[in-house]
Amino acid sequence: MIEAENVHYSYPSKVEALKGVSLTIKDGEFVAIMGQNGAGKSTFVKHFNGLLKPSFGTVKVDGVETIKSSVATLARNVGFVFQNPDHQLFSETVEDEIGFALKNFGFEAKAIEDRITWALNLLSLTQYRKTSPFLLSGGERKRVALASVLAWDPKMLVLDEPTIGQDYEQKEKLRQFIMQLQTQGKTVVAVTHDVEFVAECNPRVVLMKEGRIVADGEGQQILTDPAILELSSIVLPQIAQVFAKLSALGLPKDIIDIQEAKTVLLKTKGKQ
Amino acid sequence: MALIEIKNLTYTYPGVSKPSIHDVSIKIEKGEFVLITGPSGCGKTTLCRCFNGLVPHFYQGEIKGEITVAGINTLDHHTYEMAKHVGLVFQNPENQLFALSIEKDVAFGLENVGVSREEMRKKVDWALHQTGIYDIRERSPHEISGGQQQRVAIASVLAMEPDIIVLDEPTSFLDPLSAEKIFDVIYKLNKEQGITVVLVEHRLDLTAKYTNHLIVMDQGAVRLEGDPRDVLSNEETRLIGVGIPKATLLYQMLKKEDYSLGNKTPLGSEELADQILETLK
Repeated sequence: MIEAENVHYSYPSKVEALKGVSLTIKDGEFVAIMGQNGAGKSTFVKHFNGLLKPSFGTVKVDGVETIKSSVATLARNVGFVFQNPDHQLFSETVEDEIGFALKNFGFEAKAIEDRITWALNLLSLTQYRKTSPFLLSGGERKRVALASVLAWDPKMLVLDEPTIGQDYEQKEKLRQFIMQLQTQGKTVVAVTHDVEFVAECNPRVVLMKEGRIVADGEGQQILTDPAILELSSIVLPQIAQVFAKLSALGLPKDIIDIQEAKTVLLKTKGKQ
Repeated sequence: MALIEIKNLTYTYPGVSKPSIHDVSIKIEKGEFVLITGPSGCGKTTLCRCFNGLVPHFYQGEIKGEITVAGINTLDHHTYEMAKHVGLVFQNPENQLFALSIEKDVAFGLENVGVSREEMRKKVDWALHQTGIYDIRERSPHEISGGQQQRVAIASVLAMEPDIIVLDEPTSFLDPLSAEKIFDVIYKLNKEQGITVVLVEHRLDLTAKYTNHLIVMDQGAVRLEGDPRDVLSNEETRLIGVGIPKATLLYQMLKKEDYSLGNKTPLGSEELADQILETLK
């Protein structure tokens, strides 16, 4: 469980990135944190594994205040995947990259081998096992970064913009994988501005603006509220856009799912 | 003659055995808004690097085939000679901004090709206005938002008045509203200035509505190409793993159920909503 209470954070440049953020994320929840560039999303989630410590207020992970713990200890439970994979990759081969944290956490050689193989397979990277991460495409490097964190199987996962540079199929795989993690009771926090991805996953959505939380609720409810979204520089998902434009017909507006959209429209008289 | 003509291009990066581009032939006409999409690692970025000669002059490697851009054979001409014709905007604007002020960044390319001071002033101001960053021209490119940086990168390319602008996922780091504004700027340049645009994107939900020439790549080859409405209606496009815009997909699903809609495959929510309203009138 993550409990943030009245978190303030100022960068050394004195820019106040967080201005009193309170949020509780329960075990097993899937939360998407959305909002415009510079809203403080990344700054906020960096508090979950202790990379940043609040200037004021508290962040507790499983009841322990992060200022009383180290990043190394927190990381075992909270895996963090950065927005830009180049900030995190450094090994000579993809395999070494994935094995690095496992070695540090003291896994046995056989377990390391098995977990590397599992993670490579999961993220369609098996063919690049011996390749340098720096020879891979942007989207592939992003997956290596994700694989290297998933490999140690943390209880909570923080993903900063996991879908950047990913094609549709990889996004769909990521979605299914997150759903699978949910069934295992794992917590997933994703910072993202990929509205279509969020619409397909339909998680709890937290909207941030200028260092504060401005909305918190079910995905379907928030992603179909144009006024709230505009406040955070988010656009409606495409299905919701269609229904917003059909408002004169008196159809429900809170639709983000394509199957539901089809069902609703087939009931209109367009069916011959 | 087409503005960009690539014939039987095969290219392999140094130290790699498999070609990244395999027997690609495409033609791009002046004034087109081309969208290149395809699964991650399919060769889109590599193809963009061919348009201004970064491949093969900077990246080296082995190349076969012909590339002609604005009548110039890029294999025989250096990247700096191509800069007047082709402007490249990268995925991450941080990688291309470096000057102390935005206007200096925008002027850099012109300084290199020896344009007179008055003319430079004119062109830089024009590019700053086109991208909506004239008012912040004296600020440092490193203290502005990602969206503004993206605009600076586009302005720097625009100031050179290239025939072609190539943009490789230019908004992937931006929030959706900022991304939409950037695409609107690019679309306006294409419509009003007649600049040929080549855009690489995965997110067709955001971009399909702008294009009139869609290219789908897979494993280094061009698999489908043409009118975006035809390409997006083709089952193969979906099978390759291209994310069909949800409005297009919903149209196809409704059509399958004999819901009466027009025959024009919609590229965005507006077109689909209009068709539904039309049928329910």
